[in-house]
Amino acid sequence: MENRGRFISLIGPPGLYLFLFFLMPLGVMFVYSFRAGISGVAHDTFTLANYQSFLTNTHFHRLLRQSAGVSLAVSTISTLLAYPLAYYLVFRAGSKRVTLMTLLIIPTWTSYLLRIFSWKLILGSNGVLNSLLLSLGLVEKTSPILIYSRGAVIVTLIYVWVPFVALPIFAALERIDKSLLEAAADLGCKPWEAFARVTLPLSLPGIVAGFFFALIPTLGEFVTPLLVGGASGSMYGNLIQDQFMRALNWPMGSVMSLAMLLAVLFLVFILTRLGSLTDLAGF
Amino acid sequence: MNTRRFPSLGSIYFLAIIVLLYLPIALLIIFSFNNATAMVFPFKGFTLQWYGKLFQNRELLKAVGNSLMVGLCSSLIATTLGTMGAIAIVRYNLPGRTVFLAVAALPLVIPYVILGVSLLILFNEFGIPLSAFAAGLAHVIISIPYAMLIVAARLVGFPNNLEEAAMDLGATYWGALLRVTIPICSPALLAAFLLCFTMSFDEFAIASFLVGVDATLPVYLYSQLRFPTRLPTVVALAAILMTVTISVMLFNEWLRRAGQNPAKRVGK
Repeated sequence: MENRGRFISLIGPPGLYLFLFFLMPLGVMFVYSFRAGISGVAHDTFTLANYQSFLTNTHFHRLLRQSAGVSLAVSTISTLLAYPLAYYLVFRAGSKRVTLMTLLIIPTWTSYLLRIFSWKLILGSNGVLNSLLLSLGLVEKTSPILIYSRGAVIVTLIYVWVPFVALPIFAALERIDKSLLEAAADLGCKPWEAFARVTLPLSLPGIVAGFFFALIPTLGEFVTPLLVGGASGSMYGNLIQDQFMRALNWPMGSVMSLAMLLAVLFLVFILTRLGSLTDLAGF
Repeated sequence: MNTRRFPSLGSIYFLAIIVLLYLPIALLIIFSFNNATAMVFPFKGFTLQWYGKLFQNRELLKAVGNSLMVGLCSSLIATTLGTMGAIAIVRYNLPGRTVFLAVAALPLVIPYVILGVSLLILFNEFGIPLSAFAAGLAHVIISIPYAMLIVAARLVGFPNNLEEAAMDLGATYWGALLRVTIPICSPALLAAFLLCFTMSFDEFAIASFLVGVDATLPVYLYSQLRFPTRLPTVVALAAILMTVTISVMLFNEWLRRAGQNPAKRVGK
């Protein structure tokens, strides 16, 4: 009884805060999604028109497919790039591996906006890379290399996510009992066979976690496309932002946000089905 | 032979990735000292004028002030609420724990654009004006899970009979929390506070929806990108910010490690 009271007094304030400023806004957004969104004014009429137009608007669907494609490409390539990195650190870097892993993580501590911004300055048509090539006489005139396109968005997001994806893979590889590999070698496995039959399957939880670590946040990405994407690199998140900041069709934006929320919750659900979260994150 | 060549291949690959990760940061810092308005080679000469100009820019100083205020307030509140939550979930296994944990962890995965627009709707609906304060309220939400995880990691390291011992010696439960639990957690509390602060200080996506006219630093920076002549001051500011963040986080990492070792000792 005493415990119950203490538990409630401890959980009360954070619980109330989360209810007021996290759950309630999502609830109000849900209510908004049924309002008529004419010229920015939300009328107090109940309508399913927003859902209808969301389901029938092919422009939305195209952008939705495109951004799902970007997210999948980013998380797949990041995982492929991060695996050898984590593998090298765990199996070849010896006692320096934790220091080297920290070295890999340090850049991710700095402002996300600024790192993307610096890529923009490097890759832009009036940027560092172009001027370097120009002054070395390698090109004749400046050209926008890799900027304002879907490719630029993918490259920038991979740059952002590789260290984060490497983290759970690193943790999974660290947990592998090294004597298993010796046993495999003693039983006649070639190194690549031991890798394919022992290391890879055992590191699978880390691979899955890393993949989802990149997939889930990139689904809602809108800052990177804003900075380096240009018109062709727009993502679903930009569509939502437009509904609120430019088109001022908040009810429509609410429907789009709820759709994204559902997609994210679905992915999180799959992830928790695949294994315990704490296990995947390597805590 | 294969196994002998692999390490060098691996280290070359690792080095290449490290160079790619640090290059933009290094270039930004180098060019902040370049005596030219455009970030182009060749170097024109060394100057500190862009740093000097930073301190004459009133709008920028105001944005720095807003960000400091939002960061301090939101991380103080988030650390307090996160600590309460952490004590509750580590010490008690009562009904409501799982639901609370799920709700508190959810902001880790919800896209910031959704958090931003849903609060925009809420504030609009209840007539709360957009301001740096509104952005701060949102930053608490994204900071709570991190604060909670950091403090909980520290709490599991020492047994709850320390609190019981204090109570046997005459302390009330809340007195025991304040005089025993909180002091033992203090490295974790500081680490949580610093992490929440850097997150809030850097946060752009949510703030861009909520700040109204009180631009925080990232929002101000973004607004300056349209003006090429202001680029050098932005670059100088970015260089300062990156250096400060890396220093704070390195200190934080040291704190976290220093904080966990004694916990293990007490735990045994």
